[in-house]
Amino acid sequence: MGTDYKALKNGGFMRQTQKNNFSLRLKVVGGNLTAEQLVAIAEISKKYGDGYVHLTSRQGVEIPFIKLADVEAVKTELEAGGVNTGVCGPRVRTVTACQGSAICPSGCIDTYPLAVEISNRYFGQELPHKFKFGITGCMNNCLKAEENDLGIKGGYSVELVKENCTLCGVCVKACREGAITKTSEGLEIDKSKCNYCGRCAKSCPFNAWKGESGYLISFGGTFGNLIAKGEQFLPIIRNKEILFKVTDAALNFFAKYAKPSERFRVCIDRAGWDNFKKEMEDICNG
Amino acid sequence: MADYTIDETVDITDVVCPVTFVKAKVALEELEDGQVLSIRLNDGEPVQNVPRSIKEEGHQILKLIDNGDGTYNLVVKRITLEDQT
Repeated sequence: MGTDYKALKNGGFMRQTQKNNFSLRLKVVGGNLTAEQLVAIAEISKKYGDGYVHLTSRQGVEIPFIKLADVEAVKTELEAGGVNTGVCGPRVRTVTACQGSAICPSGCIDTYPLAVEISNRYFGQELPHKFKFGITGCMNNCLKAEENDLGIKGGYSVELVKENCTLCGVCVKACREGAITKTSEGLEIDKSKCNYCGRCAKSCPFNAWKGESGYLISFGGTFGNLIAKGEQFLPIIRNKEILFKVTDAALNFFAKYAKPSERFRVCIDRAGWDNFKKEMEDICNG
Repeated sequence: MADYTIDETVDITDVVCPVTFVKAKVALEELEDGQVLSIRLNDGEPVQNVPRSIKEEGHQILKLIDNGDGTYNLVVKRITLEDQT
């Protein structure tokens, strides 16, 4: 029986230039691996590979030079070490994330648990083409949300707590959108200019800005053969339940309207952004 | 805002990010707990970022004064957190 390269590829074994050698893609969620997992990976790369790993462009780890004959043994040993294999092909790929508010002072959302939730919900799900999720904690966008088919960016919607404000002026300067002005009456915010970055709340020395975490979603980003920035058109989403309704609906739209081997971006372009926007907005509005 | 007396001043208009914050931090560290430092800083990135960094260090910002010449004075009270010792 011939080797089923397609099945191997789907299971994370990527065919190399060198015959019967595979670069094994591992499952990584949100860019985190435990020390134990790293040890297991190191041992396998020494025993079955060429003694090194490759860090992919999307926070993945691959072990090159795994031999065809060792595939099953490697899978078993990886599993024993608490490491799973990744996926390739037309399905939901590695969910990437920055460190978010749990670690980073700039973070507006807790990215890692969200990455785990999204990965548990969708990782490996078959679709017309690959589908990438990326989660970034704030407007600094270290994780480049708009490069992904579906990007999630943390933000704050803010309200002024007048009684705490001393009119010190720090937030007026911290706001890069020019949304806050100081008048004789007090501070004024032009909400149409606010981009939910939360810098006013983060910088205020007197807790005079109350920031509430939320999600900003971008759709249809792709940065390979076709380069296109994901589009953000929904208002900030303040709860996870609605977030998941939107992500479910986006994947359903893709599954329903895309031709085989058509990326999400091309599918939306063809089906029409107006139609897509309407479907997403209807979900948001309940 | 309650009155304050400036105990020390530092000018960080002669350095760029991230040295702006480092210079301010060093000046704050030379103060006693509760003393007040006035930091002269440039418009643009320094005034956008330095106040927030100082807040994140746990110090109390009292006032931001616009000098009208493209510089600001940020008035900060040094707070020593117990876990910083």
